[in-house]
Amino acid sequence: MSETTGGVEMQEDVSGVVKKFLYVNRKAPYGTIYALESLEVVLIAAAFDQDVSLVFLDDGVYQLVKGQHTKTIDVKNFSPTYRALEGYDIEKLYVEKESLAARGLTPEDLIVPVTLLSAAEMSDLMDGQDIVLSF
Amino acid sequence: MKFGIMVNEGPYTHEASDTAYLFAKAALEKGHQIHRVFFYHDGVNNATRLTEPPQDDRNIVARWSKLAAENQVDLVVCVAAALRRGIRDENLAEGFRISGLGQLIESGIQADRLVVFGD
Amino acid sequence: MLHTVNKSPMERNTLERCLQYAKKGSAILLIEDGVYGALKGTTVTDKVRKAMKDVTIYALYPDIEARGMQDRAIDGIKLVDYGGFVDLVAEHRNVQSWL
Repeated sequence: MSETTGGVEMQEDVSGVVKKFLYVNRKAPYGTIYALESLEVVLIAAAFDQDVSLVFLDDGVYQLVKGQHTKTIDVKNFSPTYRALEGYDIEKLYVEKESLAARGLTPEDLIVPVTLLSAAEMSDLMDGQDIVLSF
Repeated sequence: MKFGIMVNEGPYTHEASDTAYLFAKAALEKGHQIHRVFFYHDGVNNATRLTEPPQDDRNIVARWSKLAAENQVDLVVCVAAALRRGIRDENLAEGFRISGLGQLIESGIQADRLVVFGD
Repeated sequence: MLHTVNKSPMERNTLERCLQYAKKGSAILLIEDGVYGALKGTTVTDKVRKAMKDVTIYALYPDIEARGMQDRAIDGIKLVDYGGFVDLVAEHRNVQSWL
C-alpha cells in the first residue's frame, strides 16, 4: 500500500482527469472527529493533482483559530496541520465572512492566511464544483 | 450514470446508512451503476460481521453484503478510520474490503456523481 | 445544484444556511429529520414558502410517512421516493449535503 495515495495505484483512467473538489467544513474541532478526519482526506487528496478548495463556514471556522492547546483533554492538536497545507499545494482556503463575524472573530484570530468570501460568493464557488464533500 | 456514495455514520444510531442503502438500491433498480460505496468516520461500523440485530429489525450489515454480491458493488472501508474503531480484516463482513482514503478521491474522479450521507 | 438537508430546522441551522446558499433555479431535497422543514404550521413554514418562489423544494416521502407527517406537507413541495432522489442527483451537476 502506498502511503502517499492512501492505497490507490494511480490508474490510466484517473491520471489526466482534473475535477474541482470542494471540502465543506461546518463543524467545530474536538467535540466530534469530523474536522480531523476531513483534514486527513484533504491531505490524501493532495496526491491526486485535483483542483482542491476548502471552505470553512458556521462552526467550521473554529477549526482555524489560533491558540488551541489540547494537552489537558488528551487529544492531538491538529491545527498546525492547516499551516502545512501550503506544502501540499493546497492553497485555496476560504472562510465565510458572516460566520467569522457571527463568532466575534477576525482573520487575525486564524492560524493561516485565508480568503474571506461572503455567503453569496461562497455560494457561487460551491455551485461551480464537480464534487462537494461535506463533513 | 455512475454514482459514488460516501457513508459517514454507523448503522442503527443514525438514519444515514439506511438512506444511503435505499438510495443505492433505487439507483441500481433504475439501471445506474454504483461505482463504489466508501465508509468513513463511524460509517466503518457498517462493515462489522459481529452485529446481531433483533429478529424483527433490518440487518444493515447483511443488507450491504447482499447488495454487493448481487450487483458487484465495491464496498470500501477507510483503513485509518477502521483501525481507530476496531474494524479489521478478521471481523469484516462479506463483500467489504479495507483500503485507503485514496479510494474515495478516486471514486470522486471516476463517478459521475458523488453523494455524501452523514449526520 | 442539488442541496440535501437532513436535520430538523427547529434543531439545527442547516435548512436556513441551505436556503441562503441555494441559487435561483436550484433544488433542495429534505430527507431524514430534514422533512420536518417541509411542514405547514411550523416556525419555518413562511421562510420555506418564500424560498419556493426561487428554488424547487422536494421532500422524501418515505421519511415523511415514517414520521406520521403525511397530511402536513406544505402545498407545492414535491414528494419523491428513493427513485426520485436518484433522479434529482442525476439531473443536477453536483450535490451538497448540509450535514
